[in-house]
Amino acid sequence: MIRLTGIERVFRVGDEEVHALRGVSLDIAQGEYLSIMGPSGSGKSTLLNILGLLDRPNAGRYELNGHDVTGLADDELARVRREAIGFVFQFFHLVPRLTAEQNIELPMVLAGIDPAERRRRLDKLLADYGLEARAGHRPDQLSGGQCQRVAIARAMSMGPTLILADEPTGNLDRHTGQEVMAVLERVHHEGGTVAVVTHDPEIGARAHRRIRLVDGAIAEDKRS
Amino acid sequence: MRFADLLRFAWQVLGGYRSRTALILLAMGIGVAAVVAVSSIGEGARLYVVNQFGSLGTNLIIVLPGRSETAGAMPGVLVGKTPRDLTIDDALSLKRSPAILRFAPLIVGAGDVRVGSRTRETPVLGTTAEFIQVRQMDIAQGLFLPPGDPRHSQPVCVIGSTVAAELFGARPALGEWLRIGDRRFRIVGVLAKQGQSLGFNTDEIVVIPLAAAQALFNTESLFRILVEAKSREQIAYAKADVEEIIRLRHEGERDVTVITQDAVLETFDRILRALTLAVGGIAAISLAVAGILIMNVMLIAVTQRRKEIGLLKALGATGQQIRAAFFTEAIMLALGGALLGLAVGKLGQVAIGQVFPDIPFTAPWWAVLAAPLTAVVTSVLFTVLPAKRAAMLDPVMALSKR
Repeated sequence: MIRLTGIERVFRVGDEEVHALRGVSLDIAQGEYLSIMGPSGSGKSTLLNILGLLDRPNAGRYELNGHDVTGLADDELARVRREAIGFVFQFFHLVPRLTAEQNIELPMVLAGIDPAERRRRLDKLLADYGLEARAGHRPDQLSGGQCQRVAIARAMSMGPTLILADEPTGNLDRHTGQEVMAVLERVHHEGGTVAVVTHDPEIGARAHRRIRLVDGAIAEDKRS
Repeated sequence: MRFADLLRFAWQVLGGYRSRTALILLAMGIGVAAVVAVSSIGEGARLYVVNQFGSLGTNLIIVLPGRSETAGAMPGVLVGKTPRDLTIDDALSLKRSPAILRFAPLIVGAGDVRVGSRTRETPVLGTTAEFIQVRQMDIAQGLFLPPGDPRHSQPVCVIGSTVAAELFGARPALGEWLRIGDRRFRIVGVLAKQGQSLGFNTDEIVVIPLAAAQALFNTESLFRILVEAKSREQIAYAKADVEEIIRLRHEGERDVTVITQDAVLETFDRILRALTLAVGGIAAISLAVAGILIMNVMLIAVTQRRKEIGLLKALGATGQQIRAAFFTEAIMLALGGALLGLAVGKLGQVAIGQVFPDIPFTAPWWAVLAAPLTAVVTSVLFTVLPAKRAAMLDPVMALSKR
């Protein structure tokens, strides 16, 4: 489903060039559940951003669902993100003035889906993620775990083929973190492809495929 | 993104930053209100002057004795020479012009008007029956002077409403006699209230037949001849005819001045319109300032809402959608401010109208149209830069944890 070939990413910091990714090649199959780990500055987040089409590689090729997406224009990338990719962030990134429901709805609003269809999907998402009672609450009235469930429901609202989570438990206590992971794993069980970037070995170990990055290169790629 | 959703999204943003929204609405509102209020004051002044002239009569030409212009070639010719008087015969000869509808010769003096023991000094007008039509005045009671040969007169008079009230109080004045100097006149009519018109209060006059006034003030000479042309188009011909007829009667001497009301009116109209535009333009500067305020606030918003913009991009918003969101927000602010401003401006106009009830304050249509339009155009223009910045924001940077 995903094929990365020889991905390079170089950042220029002042006069210095920082190689965040050096020739990363990676195949991810439909329905895989993988974790990306590694020390700070090893390029985990950069890899996730490139997988999520938020960032472009300086060299290499990215195929998503059989299409080369490396050379797409910004707006085309936005469209692919909208249709095929769901993001879950460490700090949830919910819009504070919108209710849980309105936050979940946002990708569908951007996609121009008509209100009746949105309502139908919303009701299902709220039920699936146990948020019916919190639908009208704003993020500051929700617990961390609830916020992250809203964020996951939002990521799922367009029925993406790929869910990318960047430290999804990084801002939660252990118990809530486990809960959120369980939700993500349910997405995987229902056939979704899930990639999680994490510092936490315990979280990382839950994945079926564990990739370890060191200095921008894949040092380890284990499956169980 | 559907248009309704775009509106809703912008609405949520405006609701999410209430004090910011209120301040911009205030700035925009003040700008629009200033334009509306100031231009309606200017327009009111213009209409006031136009109405004042209009109340003198329409298609009016005024003939006065003496030449107010100086001949270019030999200015000395007229020096030391008394201009020829304007006489009743001069006036009657104007009947020859086909462009003239009617005319009224005029003699003005002051007289002590007495009824029983009450005396009042008032302006006394000697004129003919046509005067009331030329000056477009109304009779409240009775009739105006009877028509007839202006060289002969009946001892009748028409009095202004104030004169009637002062001399007779609540008693009916019609049919009563009053005395001006050593002559007696029977009151045949009372003028309708008209009030001040170019510094001349018609409520305080007594109108008597022309011949009676000549005898009363012991003069042959007319003060003015008021001429009404047949139509607006005929004014120029009528003016030329008047000049020519009187020149022939005065042995080829151009010794009268002919003023058309139109020329005076047009000059005032032009000056006041330009003035209104100018002050309206000055007020519009405040709109530009409000536009800059919107830009400022929008630029801050791009920084403030960096994370949100990054998020929207991650969720698949295109640059165009981000720009559209910013423009929608700016246009809603401008329209809201414009509506507020129009309302406040209208209130201000009504308030000024209460203080100066004589002046017809109305916002000119161009101001009511241009002020909101300027508000929207400036805010759209000033949102181009912030919207572009937002659309170009790199989502990775915007969402970065630091």
